Amino acid sequence: MLKQVYDWVDERLNITPMWRDIADHEVPEHVNPAHHFSAFVYCFGGLTFFITVIQILSGMFLTMYYVPDVINAYESVKYLQNEVAFGVIVRGMHHWGASLVIVMMFLHTLRVFFTGAYKHPRELNWVVGMLIFFVMLGLGFTGYLLPWDNTAYFATKVGVEIAATVPFIGTFIKHLLTGGEILGAQTLARFFAIHVFFLPGALLGLLGVHFVVIRRQGISGPL
Amino acid sequence: MANHKNIEYVGDSRVPAKRVQNISPSYAEFPGKNEPFWPNFLLKEWMVGAVALTAFLILTVSHPSPLTDKADPTDTSFTPLPDWYFLFLYQLLKFPWASGDWVLIGIIAIPGLAFGGLLLAPFLDRGPERRASKRPVATSLMLIGIISVVYLTWAAMDEHKAHEAAKHPQGEAAAPSQPQGGEQPAADNPGAAIWQKQTNCQGCHGAEMQGGMGPALTSIGGTLSAEEIKDVIQNGRGNMPPGMFTGSDAELDQLVEYLASLK
Ligand code: HEM
Repeated sequence: MLKQVYDWVDERLNITPMWRDIADHEVPEHVNPAHHFSAFVYCFGGLTFFITVIQILSGMFLTMYYVPDVINAYESVKYLQNEVAFGVIVRGMHHWGASLVIVMMFLHTLRVFFTGAYKHPRELNWVVGMLIFFVMLGLGFTGYLLPWDNTAYFATKVGVEIAATVPFIGTFIKHLLTGGEILGAQTLARFFAIHVFFLPGALLGLLGVHFVVIRRQGISGPL
Repeated sequence: MANHKNIEYVGDSRVPAKRVQNISPSYAEFPGKNEPFWPNFLLKEWMVGAVALTAFLILTVSHPSPLTDKADPTDTSFTPLPDWYFLFLYQLLKFPWASGDWVLIGIIAIPGLAFGGLLLAPFLDRGPERRASKRPVATSLMLIGIISVVYLTWAAMDEHKAHEAAKHPQGEAAAPSQPQGGEQPAADNPGAAIWQKQTNCQGCHGAEMQGGMGPALTSIGGTLSAEEIKDVIQNGRGNMPPGMFTGSDAELDQLVEYLASLK
């Protein structure tokens, strides 16, 4: 039955080559931890992606309860954390995942760096990777404010003040981030929008490029 | 090059009628132990994911994520602490040569050089050699970078801990030496007995202070000081009417002291 449905669609859309390309690419011995245990370092990119997926899913569930305004934000997080069934786990996964994804991304970057995988012909993908790195830090910075507790508020205040000391464009950056003179209602709304729409959009686009390039070039050869 | 004239299409679409076979290729002839990504490699790789997910879930379940009090912009005593992966930048700005008049060194020059160098690494390190040991300059710069970041992060955490400890001298240090902690005053405190007689108060705050129409009082000492509690009892606040307490002034003081001890 399923096979007939598949064949029916495949005959019209020729979908087999689309996923076969991903399924059939070769995994060489030197990156396969089943053959060389030390090759687990090649898993860090995949694990980063795995945790990124967890972040997106847990974040989607968080927005079912989170209310992005200064009056309700804190209460909604508190409610989710203390009252909602498994709310503490959903929030916990997003909270700890945010740190873990940075750790994994750092380890992945070090793997790529120390195996010299950023060299010709993979220069561009390294640059794409660094852009992903900055987007991830941006996600961390904007997400930290959202619970609207004291930790969030004062950490962001320091961050914004540091940004404001940049010559020439400092005040502009500050106003862009805070939406006004003070860290308040406007700021929370902006950080929410940046955290939930702008940066994830950029991240997904960059990740798409990252993966297409990896498929194109294949993984770097053995040292 | 395919001869486009000879391709047969599905109906009037642009999809070729010739099907691609849906079977895994064999890499048996390849040098080394290559295998296809799906299903061979993924059938083993899911174990790596499962181990990572288990560790992650154990961390999540055993450590609920923190939530401090609601943001209060007027609170001047709160010590800001950015998330740990920004601490190295934060700590850098505490050096006298990277702050004040020299702040541009701290916010532009050093991070700009470090991150700019990383971003452009493939164009700076252009030699053909890939092994880390054959690229001494790149490798040692990266090692210096890692060590500095780890050191700065550690220093920032250490300073923050010392600062917090200085702020609450008996706070965390005293708690473990008092085994029952906050529960202890409940039983033998004379205030507890006085509370038992306050049926007015219990009407709104619950017989066990669990809350009802009024808020719970089980940890009121953490939010209000003794004077504030006394003020609320005598003068009321919001929906709470004044003068509901029954008993002598000395008893009132005992009750206040008891409530303030509930943290
Ligand atoms: C969300 C973040 C990222 C994800 C999910 C990700 C994912 C991946 C995956 C799955 C691979 C295949 C090889 C492997 O797993 O090691 C890969 C390769 C690569 N990544 Fe990333 N990556 C991320 C961030 C970065 C960053 C920050 C950099 C560096 C600045 C980077 C640079 C590269 C390069 C150059 C390759 C090719 C390596 C080779 O062919 O040996 N990536 N990435």
